[in-house]
Amino acid sequence: MKNFRLNHLRELEAESIYVIREVAAQFERPVMLFSGGKDSIIMFHLALKAFHPARLPFPLLHIDTGHNFKETLDFRDALMKKTGTRLEVRYVEDSIKAGKVAEEKGPNASRNRAQTVTLLDALEELKVDAAMGGGRRDEEKARAKERFFSHRDEFGQWDPKNQRPELWNIFNGRKNMGEHFRVFPISNWTELDVWQYIALENIELPSLYFTHEREVVNRDGVWLAKSPYLQLKEGEKWERRVIRFRTIGDMTCTGAVESPADTLEDIINEVAASRTTERGGRADDKRSEAAMEDRKKEGYF
Amino acid sequence: MDAKTLQNYETSELLRFTTAGSVDDGKSTLIGRLLYDSKAIFEDQMEAIEEASMRSGADEVNLALLTDGLRAEREQGITIDVAYRYFATPKRKFIIADTPGHVQYTRNMVTGASTANAALILVDARHGVIEQTLRHAFIASLLQIPHVVVCVNKMDLVDYSEEVFEEIRTVFMGFAGKLAIKDIHFIPISALKGDNVVNRSTKMDWYQGPTLMYLLEHVYIGSDNNHIDARFPVQYVIRPQSAEYPDYRGYAGRLASGTLRKGDAVVVLPSGFSSHVKSIDFYKDSLDIAYAPQSVTITLEDDIDISRGDMIVRENNRPEISQDIDIMICWLNDKPMRPGGKYALMHTSNEVRCMIRDVKYKIDINTLDRNNEDKSIGMNDIGRLSIRTTKPLYFDSYRQNRVTGSLILIDEATNETVCAGMIV
Repeated sequence: MKNFRLNHLRELEAESIYVIREVAAQFERPVMLFSGGKDSIIMFHLALKAFHPARLPFPLLHIDTGHNFKETLDFRDALMKKTGTRLEVRYVEDSIKAGKVAEEKGPNASRNRAQTVTLLDALEELKVDAAMGGGRRDEEKARAKERFFSHRDEFGQWDPKNQRPELWNIFNGRKNMGEHFRVFPISNWTELDVWQYIALENIELPSLYFTHEREVVNRDGVWLAKSPYLQLKEGEKWERRVIRFRTIGDMTCTGAVESPADTLEDIINEVAASRTTERGGRADDKRSEAAMEDRKKEGYF
Repeated sequence: MDAKTLQNYETSELLRFTTAGSVDDGKSTLIGRLLYDSKAIFEDQMEAIEEASMRSGADEVNLALLTDGLRAEREQGITIDVAYRYFATPKRKFIIADTPGHVQYTRNMVTGASTANAALILVDARHGVIEQTLRHAFIASLLQIPHVVVCVNKMDLVDYSEEVFEEIRTVFMGFAGKLAIKDIHFIPISALKGDNVVNRSTKMDWYQGPTLMYLLEHVYIGSDNNHIDARFPVQYVIRPQSAEYPDYRGYAGRLASGTLRKGDAVVVLPSGFSSHVKSIDFYKDSLDIAYAPQSVTITLEDDIDISRGDMIVRENNRPEISQDIDIMICWLNDKPMRPGGKYALMHTSNEVRCMIRDVKYKIDINTLDRNNEDKSIGMNDIGRLSIRTTKPLYFDSYRQNRVTGSLILIDEATNETVCAGMIV
């Protein structure tokens, strides 16, 4: 007698595929946000599984801050080519040039917040009614209260105190003209689940996630990579360290960890033993206790 | 978590549970204890809440800050919304739907309970079974949560007394007898001191049962899903129309219950056309069998017109089909129900409209008494309605099937989800 039980990774997988298909069925012009980070890579992988042998019934959308690691962009382009996927890219640089958002100044300057403007413009331009993102509830405390189907008003804003109740697996995607949804297919995955699934499915990742030597600077306990976009403060200096990245985002605010992990198995062990969250290395979250909540209300992912 | 976890990840199961209660019951302390002892709280999170506790002038670290994610919640010291928390042991991965005890308690608890395998109900040993305890037990029963664990907390404050524990068990069982709870457990704990949460208490020799963590890791969830009635609501039709797959027509969906095998004789609702399962596809694999809750793509031997909202079932095991349906409901919106009103209805992958024909009765959630006179239904109310739908639904009773037996009502003016319905 076969035991009809899914292990936890397969159950999460089945749930996410269900959510992605629900988006394709309920909305007319969905997109899937893609940053080149591991979460968007597994979300994309789940989407491929959801519609195989057909191609994705929606394009991917990358909001390019202009501060990306080269490795991320190379990886992105190779993956799109290999899978024959349509990719839309919109640039924060263009929003700055158009005077829609001002570039932050100073040594901690980041385009993290500015990308919300570019994102909202892109959603309007492409007439998007549902944008899927790789946010997970375990990442951050404001995200712990996020729905799978998260309603946004005509300004793209989130009203966390007035969210629609979400029962069973019935997702209410009804909305008025001009409003849209943010959908989070991998809401219930943890960082460890993501890594275990990457190992289970043998999913290819950008090399940044694995150990390498790089010039970095230590700022407030976080290792930031050397780039033309980062200015040293007084007393800071570049050092060569053996590091890897736990998350990949904008170069100016994505922190590295010192690590020798060069295989998935090593990384899984490291993540399982880790005593800090992956966003602990994200300077953007350290700005205030409610930094994420405030950005999300404005329309950030 | 140790290296063994990782070897186990291919066999570890997922358990979803809900915790309901107020801060006073020690719920946050209990969750904090489970997360902390299973090493799911990270140093930077701990630092952040230590800092926040200090700022608000508290003497001890307030573990509730871990679950209270929104600014307003931290400022007011209340929980507004369902928060999801995650931890894992070598045996299982856990998802906690943590629901608040105060504001809109019923609506949030119903939401958290809808997907749960187990409910943790906290009782303060000093106060015994109170109204709120019964409310929680009732909702667990209404939502058919398969396992209920009554945690009698703060045993340290009643000298770890067996009598106190037994008294609470007796009172609770007296009430639970009126409910439909399949599996119920009682555990004497002290979340603060850690007795019987993860580690066995040395102060309660009279208790021979499992610790809470042991129970969560071992409670048998294999039969929580309905494995008998094959129900495949079609979610999406996959038609590649590519050179490689010119004629492929696959029906994508998630098995709501039961199993489907290659070659099975099936019938498609509502058309009633029969066919056989030609293949069960999952990405690049072809499966012999699919079971709930797998998401797969099914192809049939015959060309039949099938679209989203249709349901594929076995020829000899069909759901009920009707436009007149009785449902138990929980009302979720500030705007009260409009008697005779029309609402949008979502059920599996189907969307129809319905009209409220009658309020059969309302339930006083504290006494379980039925009120046949009062026909007004507002926020947090629980009752029984008769509705008529514009098209037939294919369904099972919620008692038999939590997927094909559940539905939601949507206000067509605001698009808000206003009602959770369980088909009687």
